[in-house]
Amino acid sequence: MTTIEKIVPESAAGPKHQSPRPTFRQRLSRWDVRYSPYLYIAPFFVVFALVGVFPLLYTAYVSLFDWEIGDDNPKFIGFENYSELFGDAQFWNSLTNTLSIFVLSSGPQIIMAVLLAALLNTKLRGPTGWRVGILLPYAASLVALGIIFANLFGTRYGLVNGLLETLGLDRVDWQAGSFSSHVAIAVMVNWRWTGYNALIVLAAMQAIPRELQEAAIVDGAGPIRRFVSITLPLLKPTLIFVVITSTIGGLQIFTEPKLFDAMPGSNNGGSTNQFQTVTLYMYQSGFENFSLGYASAIAWVLFVLIIVIAGVNFLVTRRLTRTTGLK
Amino acid sequence: MRRIRKGLTIAVGLAVTAAMSTACAGGDDTAAPAAAAPGEKVELTIATFTEFGYENLLPEYESLHPNIKITHRKTGQGGPHHQNLIAKLGAGSGLADIEAVEEGHLSDILDKSSKFNDLTKIGPQEVTPDRWLGWKYDAGKSKDGKLVGYGTDIGPLAMCYRKDMFEAAGLPSDPASVKPLFATWDSYFAAGAQFIGKSGGKAWFDSAAQNFNAMVNQLDVGYLDRDDKLTIESNAGIRSAWDKVTAAVAQGQSAKLTAFSNEWNSGFKQSAFATKVCPAWMLGVIKEQAGPENANKWAVTDAFPGGGGNWGGSFLTVPTQSKHPKEAAELAAWLTAPEQQLKAFEAKGTFPSQTKALESPQLLAETNPYFGDTKVGELFVTQAKKVTKPQYKGPGDGQIQENVTSPALTAVEQGKSAAEAWTQVVDGAKKITR
Repeated sequence: MTTIEKIVPESAAGPKHQSPRPTFRQRLSRWDVRYSPYLYIAPFFVVFALVGVFPLLYTAYVSLFDWEIGDDNPKFIGFENYSELFGDAQFWNSLTNTLSIFVLSSGPQIIMAVLLAALLNTKLRGPTGWRVGILLPYAASLVALGIIFANLFGTRYGLVNGLLETLGLDRVDWQAGSFSSHVAIAVMVNWRWTGYNALIVLAAMQAIPRELQEAAIVDGAGPIRRFVSITLPLLKPTLIFVVITSTIGGLQIFTEPKLFDAMPGSNNGGSTNQFQTVTLYMYQSGFENFSLGYASAIAWVLFVLIIVIAGVNFLVTRRLTRTTGLK
Repeated sequence: MRRIRKGLTIAVGLAVTAAMSTACAGGDDTAAPAAAAPGEKVELTIATFTEFGYENLLPEYESLHPNIKITHRKTGQGGPHHQNLIAKLGAGSGLADIEAVEEGHLSDILDKSSKFNDLTKIGPQEVTPDRWLGWKYDAGKSKDGKLVGYGTDIGPLAMCYRKDMFEAAGLPSDPASVKPLFATWDSYFAAGAQFIGKSGGKAWFDSAAQNFNAMVNQLDVGYLDRDDKLTIESNAGIRSAWDKVTAAVAQGQSAKLTAFSNEWNSGFKQSAFATKVCPAWMLGVIKEQAGPENANKWAVTDAFPGGGGNWGGSFLTVPTQSKHPKEAAELAAWLTAPEQQLKAFEAKGTFPSQTKALESPQLLAETNPYFGDTKVGELFVTQAKKVTKPQYKGPGDGQIQENVTSPALTAVEQGKSAAEAWTQVVDGAKKITR
């Protein structure tokens, strides 16, 4: 009986608009359409909430305390950690170091990656071999690379200084100087990441329709003109991705400077903190000085900084690759 | 819309990666431990680092105590072991029943003595202070008088030197006649000045920090006094050690090699320096790094500038987290008994801190073929007895040495002026102890 009432057409239900009550099955089906997609993507967000959002927020919470590791009653101090941080010369020093290493690594790295990709995109014998070849540094263990490079840049017995000497140049105390140590670390970073980025750029290059290139050839454009006017603009989304991931990675650089330090296991970043990065300083504050609150404050400042710099990079890259106006 | 979505994706991506950069601390739970009933199966874990020589001892203990099963957690390096120890101490769970602690990290552990059992209370009553050298036993006590750790091994200091390089520079070279050179730090650095004049570019010592640490360790009061106040500005001993070492660096006596770095390792092979501050365990390091081509060139003598000293050695502690503290303390007491420590010494060369073990004929007869068959056992026993009392090490002491004075001395070796580096030391030490 009730079912009949339910399928009475709307017009018969009277002037007051009243939708018929759907069956359970129908409701189920509607829920399915409306809510299932959320369920399907939920695992990511649940995991993300657990290992991403929660630590992020908890870190913000911890940063408001004078919280020593193992402290049973941490003291709430509001934003004191932050105000101390902004007056901390060592923090600004580590920030300068990080930015300097970031610029020295990411800049050359992306230019080299695009050029390498362009070379790999030409007709080569055994293309897979070459492509796997440039990815090898990425596959090698980071710690092993760090140890090897720290050896290469050794002051007295390092290979790099040996080469410089045979070329008639002066030895460089790579560890001692600010700039020299940053260059050495940037070389390590570039060695590892250039090939990886080149492969991503290469994939994007191969997705560029051949017709565009052919049309340009017909119009009489040379290879350089085609690279600048067709390839680069069409690489825009990929370049933005590469720039942003390398920003994130570059600003969080940790293992390379840690292993570069001659004192094993040290988080000092050299004798006068000349290559201590923000993450190294954060680690030192948290796990050597045991002040979790202070380390958390550093983590948050770094987080905000990464967002700002990645945002700036995003805008700049978009502007740069848009110049030719190809759409 | 497209732009918004892209922005969102980036924001989420950023959040993910940034989340990886943020740290997190766990909660705290301390359960009251209960002693196991007799005969009940007990599982114990013991966490050590590098080599303690316990591989054969633990099965032996298990066969003596059939109800006990022991799991051995070994970490390759001291640094990660102690970081893990501190982190899990903070987290409130996850520690082994017995945790080894190295001398350099001991001050941080003693500072948290509330999280460790007092071994005089839970340990076997037959274990008395006279088992150990007095200074070793005292070093394991916290300020409030708790015995936090049983001593395992020690690193009494002697001097290692290159006989061939001494001869080439016209210095006496046999172990008896070099002793006057190593009588005081002044005579040591004076001999260094003489040496570098004739050595043709070879350095006198490996690294300024290595000597400075030994010098500071010999003072009555170290970086912190018993009230945990920083003494660095008022402590004349520290300043005088600093002045002597930096003056030697200015003369070119230092090989400028950071200890334990790859360059330092190569320095042994390349004969870059002629003397080395030498705790008992350093003999193995020298043999390994200098290699067979330098056998019998290195010598060791029972003299050390300014008397004796100690560098290194460990303690076994029982954290309050342990569910079987009594059984753990029994095992720790057994492992640190003279008989067992001698076996560990035989296995891995960890020099015993127990008075009975130091009288053992087997230890006294120990020779080292790499160092020209010197009776190193007897030599280091002599050196161990020269140490009189432990210097009090307040919280942060180890950090000041590792992260303030050692890097500052490296900076001096890299060309920074001694006066500027001293400012770096004072500022750095203040920052750590604030």
